[in-house]
Amino acid sequence: MTARVIVVTSGKGGVGKTTATANLAAALANMGKKVVAVDGDVGLRNLDVIMGLENRIVYTLIDALDGTCRLNQTFIRDKRIENLFMIPTAQSRTKDAVTAEQMIEVCDELRREFDYVLVDSPAGIEAGFRNSAAGADEALVVTTPEVSAVRDADRIIGLLESMNKSPIRLIVNRIRPHMVKKGDMLGVSDVLDILAIDLIGMVPDDEAVVTSSNKGEPLVLSSAPPAARAFRNIASRIAGSDVPFMNLELPDSGSLFGKIRRAIWGH
Amino acid sequence: MGFFTNLFGAHNSGKIAKNRLQIVLMHDRSDISPEMMENLRKDIIAVIKNYVEIDENRIELDLEREDSSVALVANIPVMTVRRQRRGNER
Ligand SMILES: Nc1ncnc2c1ncn2[C@@H]1O[C@H](COP(=O)(O)OP(=O)(O)OP(=O)(O)O)[C@@H](O)[C@H]1O
Ligand SMILES: [Mg+2]
Repeated sequence: MTARVIVVTSGKGGVGKTTATANLAAALANMGKKVVAVDGDVGLRNLDVIMGLENRIVYTLIDALDGTCRLNQTFIRDKRIENLFMIPTAQSRTKDAVTAEQMIEVCDELRREFDYVLVDSPAGIEAGFRNSAAGADEALVVTTPEVSAVRDADRIIGLLESMNKSPIRLIVNRIRPHMVKKGDMLGVSDVLDILAIDLIGMVPDDEAVVTSSNKGEPLVLSSAPPAARAFRNIASRIAGSDVPFMNLELPDSGSLFGKIRRAIWGH
Repeated sequence: MGFFTNLFGAHNSGKIAKNRLQIVLMHDRSDISPEMMENLRKDIIAVIKNYVEIDENRIELDLEREDSSVALVANIPVMTVRRQRRGNER
Protein backbone atom coordinates (compact mmCIF):
# COMPACT_ATOMS: atom_id res chain seq x y z
CA MET A 1 0.00 0.00 0.00
CA THR A 2 1.05 3.56 -0.54
CA ALA A 3 -1.22 5.93 1.26
CA ARG A 4 -2.10 9.40 0.21
CA VAL A 5 -1.09 11.66 3.07
CA ILE A 6 -3.45 14.61 3.48
CA VAL A 7 -3.06 17.43 5.99
CA VAL A 8 -6.19 19.19 7.20
CA THR A 9 -5.37 22.85 7.87
CA SER A 10 -6.81 26.31 8.38
CA GLY A 11 -5.49 29.77 9.03
CA LYS A 12 -8.00 30.71 11.68
CA GLY A 13 -8.63 28.44 14.64
CA GLY A 14 -11.88 26.75 15.51
CA VAL A 15 -13.24 26.51 11.97
CA GLY A 16 -13.63 22.73 11.97
CA LYS A 17 -10.33 21.00 11.14
CA THR A 18 -10.63 18.36 13.82
CA THR A 19 -14.30 17.79 13.02
CA ALA A 20 -13.44 17.40 9.34
CA THR A 21 -10.50 15.08 10.01
CA ALA A 22 -12.57 12.79 12.24
CA ASN A 23 -15.52 12.65 9.88
CA LEU A 24 -13.54 12.24 6.68
CA ALA A 25 -11.43 9.48 8.26
CA ALA A 26 -14.58 7.67 9.41
CA ALA A 27 -16.32 8.12 6.06
CA LEU A 28 -13.32 6.89 4.07
CA ALA A 29 -12.97 3.85 6.36
CA ASN A 30 -16.68 3.20 5.97
CA MET A 31 -16.09 3.08 2.24
CA GLY A 32 -13.70 0.21 2.82
CA LYS A 33 -10.41 2.13 2.85
CA LYS A 34 -7.80 1.59 5.52
CA VAL A 35 -7.42 4.94 7.22
CA VAL A 36 -5.40 6.45 10.03
CA ALA A 37 -6.14 9.87 11.49
CA VAL A 38 -3.10 11.46 13.12
CA ASP A 39 -3.45 14.18 15.74
CA GLY A 40 -0.88 16.75 14.70
CA ASP A 41 -1.99 19.33 17.25
CA VAL A 42 0.54 18.68 20.02
CA GLY A 43 -0.47 20.15 23.35
CA LEU A 44 -4.07 20.81 22.31
CA ARG A 45 -5.14 17.37 21.38
CA ASN A 46 -8.78 17.01 20.43
CA LEU A 47 -9.02 14.35 17.80
CA ASP A 48 -9.28 11.62 20.45
CA VAL A 49 -12.35 13.13 22.09
CA ILE A 50 -14.06 14.07 18.83
CA MET A 51 -13.59 10.48 17.64
CA GLY A 52 -14.65 9.14 21.05
CA LEU A 53 -11.42 7.22 21.57
CA GLU A 54 -9.97 9.17 24.50
CA ASN A 55 -10.33 6.34 27.02
CA ARG A 56 -8.25 3.91 25.04
CA ILE A 57 -5.01 5.85 24.74
CA VAL A 58 -1.94 4.03 25.98
CA TYR A 59 0.90 5.49 23.97
CA THR A 60 1.05 8.71 22.00
CA LEU A 61 2.95 9.74 18.90
CA ILE A 62 5.47 11.46 21.16
CA ASP A 63 6.16 8.17 22.99
CA ALA A 64 6.93 6.55 19.66
CA LEU A 65 9.27 9.40 18.71
CA ASP A 66 10.98 9.20 22.11
CA GLY A 67 11.55 5.49 21.55
CA THR A 68 9.25 4.44 24.41
CA CYS A 69 7.19 2.30 22.03
CA ARG A 70 6.91 1.32 18.40
CA LEU A 71 4.76 3.42 16.09
CA ASN A 72 2.15 0.70 15.64
CA GLN A 73 1.68 0.51 19.40
CA THR A 74 0.21 4.00 19.27
CA PHE A 75 -2.56 2.93 16.87
CA ILE A 76 -6.02 2.97 18.42
CA ARG A 77 -8.41 0.84 16.45
CA ASP A 78 -11.96 2.14 16.23
CA LYS A 79 -14.24 -0.76 17.14
CA ARG A 80 -17.26 0.74 15.42
CA ILE A 81 -15.74 1.15 11.99
CA GLU A 82 -13.51 -1.43 10.47
CA ASN A 83 -10.16 -0.22 9.14
CA LEU A 84 -10.28 3.06 11.06
CA PHE A 85 -7.32 3.96 13.28
CA MET A 86 -6.22 7.01 15.22
CA ILE A 87 -2.82 8.10 16.49
CA PRO A 88 -3.09 10.40 19.49
CA THR A 89 -0.57 13.05 20.40
CA ALA A 90 0.56 14.27 23.82
CA GLN A 91 -1.48 16.84 25.68
CA SER A 92 1.29 17.84 28.05
CA ARG A 93 3.94 18.77 25.50
CA THR A 94 4.52 21.76 23.28
CA LYS A 95 4.43 22.22 19.52
CA ASP A 96 8.16 21.62 19.13
CA ALA A 97 7.86 18.04 20.45
CA VAL A 98 7.56 16.83 16.84
CA THR A 99 9.98 18.10 14.21
CA ALA A 100 9.29 18.30 10.50
CA GLU A 101 11.81 15.51 9.85
CA GLN A 102 10.13 13.26 12.37
CA MET A 103 6.74 13.92 10.85
CA ILE A 104 8.05 13.01 7.40
CA GLU A 105 9.44 9.73 8.77
CA VAL A 106 6.19 8.91 10.56
CA CYS A 107 4.12 9.61 7.47
CA ASP A 108 6.41 7.52 5.29
CA GLU A 109 6.09 4.60 7.70
CA LEU A 110 2.29 4.94 7.77
CA ARG A 111 2.16 5.19 4.00
CA ARG A 112 3.12 1.53 3.72
CA GLU A 113 0.23 0.32 5.84
CA PHE A 114 -2.75 2.50 4.94
CA ASP A 115 -4.74 3.87 2.03
CA TYR A 116 -5.19 7.28 3.63
CA VAL A 117 -3.30 9.15 6.30
CA LEU A 118 -5.16 12.25 7.49
CA VAL A 119 -3.23 14.69 9.65
CA ASP A 120 -5.18 17.11 11.84
CA SER A 121 -3.00 20.20 12.07
CA PRO A 122 -3.03 23.11 14.50
CA ALA A 123 -4.37 26.44 13.26
CA GLY A 124 -1.99 29.15 12.23
CA ILE A 125 1.17 29.64 10.25
CA GLU A 126 3.73 28.80 12.91
CA ALA A 127 6.06 25.85 13.39
CA GLY A 128 3.27 23.59 14.69
CA PHE A 129 1.46 23.89 11.39
CA ARG A 130 4.61 23.55 9.30
CA ASN A 131 5.76 20.46 11.14
CA SER A 132 2.42 18.70 11.00
CA ALA A 133 2.14 19.45 7.29
CA ALA A 134 5.70 18.38 6.50
CA GLY A 135 4.90 14.77 5.68
CA ALA A 136 1.77 15.43 3.61
CA ASP A 137 1.36 15.27 -0.16
CA GLU A 138 -1.98 17.04 -0.31
CA ALA A 139 -3.89 19.55 1.77
CA LEU A 140 -7.46 20.32 2.68
CA VAL A 141 -7.99 23.90 3.82
CA VAL A 142 -11.00 24.45 6.05
CA THR A 143 -12.66 27.83 6.33
CA THR A 144 -15.97 29.26 7.42
CA PRO A 145 -17.69 31.84 5.22
CA GLU A 146 -16.46 34.77 7.29
CA VAL A 147 -14.10 37.60 6.44
CA SER A 148 -11.47 36.75 9.05
CA ALA A 149 -11.41 33.02 8.31
CA VAL A 150 -11.22 33.48 4.55
CA ARG A 151 -8.47 36.02 4.92
CA ASP A 152 -6.41 33.64 7.02
CA ALA A 153 -7.17 30.79 4.63
CA ASP A 154 -5.58 32.86 1.87
CA ARG A 155 -2.39 33.08 3.88
CA ILE A 156 -2.25 29.37 4.58
CA ILE A 157 -2.92 28.52 0.93
CA GLY A 158 0.11 30.60 -0.02
CA LEU A 159 2.25 28.70 2.47
CA LEU A 160 0.95 25.31 1.34
CA GLU A 161 1.75 26.26 -2.25
CA SER A 162 5.26 27.21 -1.29
CA MET A 163 5.56 23.81 0.43
CA ASN A 164 4.53 22.17 -2.86
CA LYS A 165 1.41 20.49 -1.53
CA SER A 166 -0.84 19.42 -4.36
CA PRO A 167 -3.75 19.35 -4.72
CA ILE A 168 -4.79 21.99 -2.18
CA ARG A 169 -8.56 21.92 -1.88
CA LEU A 170 -11.07 23.94 0.07
CA ILE A 171 -13.81 22.92 2.49
CA VAL A 172 -16.26 25.68 3.34
CA ASN A 173 -17.73 24.72 6.71
CA ARG A 174 -20.62 25.97 8.82
CA ILE A 175 -22.62 27.45 5.99
CA ARG A 176 -26.05 28.73 7.01
CA PRO A 177 -28.17 28.46 3.89
CA HIS A 178 -30.81 30.84 5.21
CA MET A 179 -28.27 33.57 5.77
CA VAL A 180 -26.73 33.01 2.35
CA LYS A 181 -30.21 33.17 0.88
CA LYS A 182 -30.84 36.53 2.53
CA GLY A 183 -27.49 37.77 1.28
CA ASP A 184 -26.20 37.99 4.81
CA MET A 185 -23.39 35.48 4.51
CA LEU A 186 -20.60 35.01 2.03
CA GLY A 187 -21.70 32.35 -0.42
CA VAL A 188 -19.43 29.54 -1.54
CA SER A 189 -19.07 31.16 -4.95
CA ASP A 190 -17.89 34.38 -3.28
CA VAL A 191 -15.30 32.47 -1.28
CA LEU A 192 -14.08 30.62 -4.36
CA ASP A 193 -13.93 33.85 -6.34
CA ILE A 194 -11.70 35.34 -3.74
CA LEU A 195 -9.45 32.41 -2.94
CA ALA A 196 -9.20 30.90 -6.43
CA ILE A 197 -8.67 27.30 -5.37
CA ASP A 198 -10.61 24.11 -5.97
CA LEU A 199 -13.60 23.37 -3.82
CA ILE A 200 -13.94 19.85 -2.48
CA GLY A 201 -17.04 20.41 -0.42
CA MET A 202 -19.33 22.58 1.60
CA VAL A 203 -20.68 21.63 4.97
CA PRO A 204 -23.75 23.22 6.53
CA ASP A 205 -23.84 24.41 10.08
CA ASP A 206 -25.54 21.50 11.78
CA GLU A 207 -26.44 20.79 15.39
CA ALA A 208 -25.77 17.13 14.73
CA VAL A 209 -22.04 18.00 14.61
CA VAL A 210 -22.26 19.19 18.20
CA THR A 211 -24.40 16.34 19.50
CA SER A 212 -22.27 13.66 17.88
CA SER A 213 -19.09 15.17 19.25
CA ASN A 214 -20.75 15.44 22.67
CA LYS A 215 -21.26 11.70 22.51
CA GLY A 216 -17.99 10.89 20.80
CA GLU A 217 -19.86 9.07 18.07
CA PRO A 218 -18.97 9.32 14.39
CA LEU A 219 -21.46 11.65 12.74
CA VAL A 220 -21.03 10.14 9.29
CA LEU A 221 -22.60 6.87 10.46
CA SER A 222 -26.00 8.57 10.75
CA SER A 223 -27.63 8.97 7.41
CA ALA A 224 -29.90 11.96 7.90
CA PRO A 225 -27.92 14.97 9.20
CA PRO A 226 -26.98 17.33 6.35
CA ALA A 227 -23.43 17.68 7.67
CA ALA A 228 -23.03 13.89 7.68
CA ARG A 229 -24.06 13.76 4.05
CA ALA A 230 -21.72 16.60 3.23
CA PHE A 231 -18.74 14.85 4.84
CA ARG A 232 -19.56 11.55 3.10
CA ASN A 233 -19.64 13.40 -0.20
CA ILE A 234 -16.28 14.98 0.46
CA ALA A 235 -14.82 11.58 1.34
CA SER A 236 -16.11 10.20 -1.98
CA ARG A 237 -14.54 13.09 -3.84
CA ILE A 238 -11.23 12.50 -2.07
CA ALA A 239 -11.45 8.90 -3.24
CA GLY A 240 -11.97 10.14 -6.77
CA SER A 241 -15.74 9.97 -7.35
CA ASP A 242 -17.51 12.76 -9.12
CA VAL A 243 -20.25 13.57 -6.62
CA PRO A 244 -22.41 16.60 -7.39
CA PHE A 245 -22.35 19.41 -4.85
CA MET A 246 -25.19 19.70 -2.37
CA ASN A 247 -27.64 22.47 -2.97
CA LEU A 248 -26.90 24.70 -0.02
CA GLU A 249 -27.47 27.93 -1.82
CA LEU A 250 -30.61 28.81 -3.68
CA PRO A 251 -29.87 28.54 -7.39
CA ASP A 252 -31.44 31.92 -8.05
CA SER A 253 -29.84 33.69 -5.13
CA GLY A 254 -27.74 35.90 -7.37
CA SER A 255 -30.24 36.56 -10.11
CA LEU A 256 -32.21 39.75 -10.55
CA PHE A 257 -35.43 37.84 -10.13
CA GLY A 258 -34.21 36.45 -6.82
CA LYS A 259 -33.27 39.95 -5.71
CA ILE A 260 -36.59 41.45 -6.66
CA ARG A 261 -38.47 38.59 -5.08
CA ARG A 262 -36.54 38.94 -1.87
CA ALA A 263 -36.98 42.70 -1.92
CA ILE A 264 -40.70 42.38 -2.24
CA TRP A 265 -41.46 39.35 -0.15
CA GLY A 266 -38.41 39.43 2.03
CA HIS A 267 -37.42 35.82 1.42
CA MET B 1 -36.57 52.84 0.79
CA GLY B 2 -36.31 49.30 2.03
CA PHE B 3 -37.28 48.10 -1.40
CA PHE B 4 -34.43 49.93 -3.07
CA THR B 5 -31.74 49.11 -0.59
CA ASN B 6 -32.76 45.49 -0.83
CA LEU B 7 -32.92 45.59 -4.57
CA PHE B 8 -29.44 46.96 -4.92
CA GLY B 9 -28.04 44.88 -2.17
CA ALA B 10 -26.61 47.86 -0.34
CA HIS B 11 -27.57 46.45 3.02
CA ASN B 12 -26.66 42.85 2.44
CA SER B 13 -23.80 42.08 4.77
CA GLY B 14 -22.66 39.18 2.58
CA LYS B 15 -21.89 41.58 -0.22
CA ILE B 16 -20.14 43.97 2.15
CA ALA B 17 -18.09 41.03 3.44
CA LYS B 18 -17.01 40.14 -0.06
CA ASN B 19 -15.95 43.68 -0.89
CA ARG B 20 -14.03 44.04 2.32
CA LEU B 21 -12.30 40.72 1.78
CA GLN B 22 -11.23 41.64 -1.72
CA ILE B 23 -9.62 44.80 -0.46
CA VAL B 24 -8.03 43.21 2.58
CA LEU B 25 -6.56 40.40 0.49
CA MET B 26 -5.24 42.80 -2.06
CA HIS B 27 -3.22 44.46 0.65
CA ASP B 28 -2.17 41.11 2.11
CA ARG B 29 -1.10 39.76 -1.23
CA SER B 30 0.54 42.86 -2.62
CA ASP B 31 2.89 42.84 0.33
CA ILE B 32 2.38 46.52 0.98
CA SER B 33 2.60 46.72 4.71
CA PRO B 34 0.96 49.54 6.65
CA GLU B 35 4.46 50.93 7.30
CA MET B 36 5.18 50.93 3.59
CA MET B 37 1.91 52.72 2.90
CA GLU B 38 2.79 55.28 5.52
CA ASN B 39 6.24 55.85 4.04
CA LEU B 40 4.78 56.14 0.58
CA ARG B 41 2.36 58.71 1.89
CA LYS B 42 5.14 60.73 3.50
CA ASP B 43 7.26 60.64 0.35
CA ILE B 44 4.37 61.70 -1.83
CA ILE B 45 3.59 64.59 0.52
CA ALA B 46 7.22 65.70 0.51
CA VAL B 47 7.39 65.75 -3.27
CA ILE B 48 4.08 67.49 -3.81
CA LYS B 49 4.87 70.15 -1.21
CA ASN B 50 7.63 71.42 -3.51
CA TYR B 51 4.96 72.56 -5.89
CA VAL B 52 1.70 73.15 -4.07
CA GLU B 53 0.52 73.67 -0.55
CA ILE B 54 -1.65 70.77 0.49
CA ASP B 55 -3.89 69.83 3.36
CA GLU B 56 -1.90 66.95 4.80
CA ASN B 57 -4.65 65.84 7.13
CA ARG B 58 -7.14 65.27 4.39
CA ILE B 59 -5.02 63.17 2.07
CA GLU B 60 -6.61 59.91 1.06
CA LEU B 61 -4.29 57.27 -0.28
CA ASP B 62 -5.53 53.82 -1.08
CA LEU B 63 -5.11 50.77 -3.19
CA GLU B 64 -8.26 50.25 -5.16
CA ARG B 65 -9.37 47.31 -7.15
CA GLU B 66 -11.03 47.51 -10.51
CA ASP B 67 -11.85 44.18 -12.06
CA SER B 68 -8.49 42.50 -11.96
CA SER B 69 -6.23 45.52 -11.77
CA VAL B 70 -5.03 47.38 -8.75
CA ALA B 71 -4.70 51.15 -8.71
CA LEU B 72 -3.05 53.45 -6.25
CA VAL B 73 -5.58 56.23 -5.86
CA ALA B 74 -4.69 59.46 -4.11
CA ASN B 75 -6.94 62.34 -3.30
CA ILE B 76 -4.83 65.30 -2.25
CA PRO B 77 -6.64 68.55 -1.43
CA VAL B 78 -4.66 71.55 -2.66
CA MET B 79 -4.76 74.74 -0.56
CA THR B 80 -2.65 77.11 -2.60
CA VAL B 81 -0.45 76.78 -5.60
CA ARG B 82 3.03 78.18 -5.05
CA ARG B 83 3.99 81.24 -7.03
CA GLN B 84 5.89 80.19 -10.09
CA ARG B 85 9.40 81.44 -10.46
CA ARG B 86 10.62 82.17 -13.92
CA GLY B 87 13.24 79.82 -15.23
CA ASN B 88 16.39 82.00 -15.10
CA GLU B 89 15.64 84.47 -12.36
CA ARG B 90 18.19 83.89 -9.67
N1 LIG C 1 -20.56 22.08 10.44
C1 LIG C 1 -20.63 22.40 11.75
N2 LIG C 1 -21.83 22.66 12.34
C2 LIG C 1 -21.89 22.99 13.65
N3 LIG C 1 -20.84 23.08 14.46
C3 LIG C 1 -19.62 22.83 13.95
C4 LIG C 1 -19.44 22.48 12.58
N4 LIG C 1 -18.12 22.30 12.35
C5 LIG C 1 -17.51 22.53 13.52
N5 LIG C 1 -18.38 22.84 14.49
C6 LIG C 1 -18.08 23.16 15.90
O1 LIG C 1 -17.09 24.16 15.93
C7 LIG C 1 -16.19 23.96 16.99
C8 LIG C 1 -14.77 23.92 16.51
O2 LIG C 1 -14.59 22.78 15.68
P1 LIG C 1 -13.18 22.02 15.61
O3 LIG C 1 -12.66 21.70 16.96
O4 LIG C 1 -13.32 20.91 14.62
O5 LIG C 1 -12.30 23.18 14.97
P2 LIG C 1 -10.70 23.21 14.78
O6 LIG C 1 -10.47 23.96 13.50
O7 LIG C 1 -10.14 21.84 14.86
O8 LIG C 1 -10.26 24.08 16.02
P3 LIG C 1 -8.75 24.33 16.54
O9 LIG C 1 -8.18 25.37 15.64
O10 LIG C 1 -8.94 24.80 17.92
O11 LIG C 1 -8.03 23.02 16.44
C9 LIG C 1 -16.62 22.67 17.66
O12 LIG C 1 -17.37 23.00 18.78
C10 LIG C 1 -17.48 21.98 16.62
O13 LIG C 1 -18.48 21.18 17.20
MG1 LIG D 1 -8.54 21.12 16.14
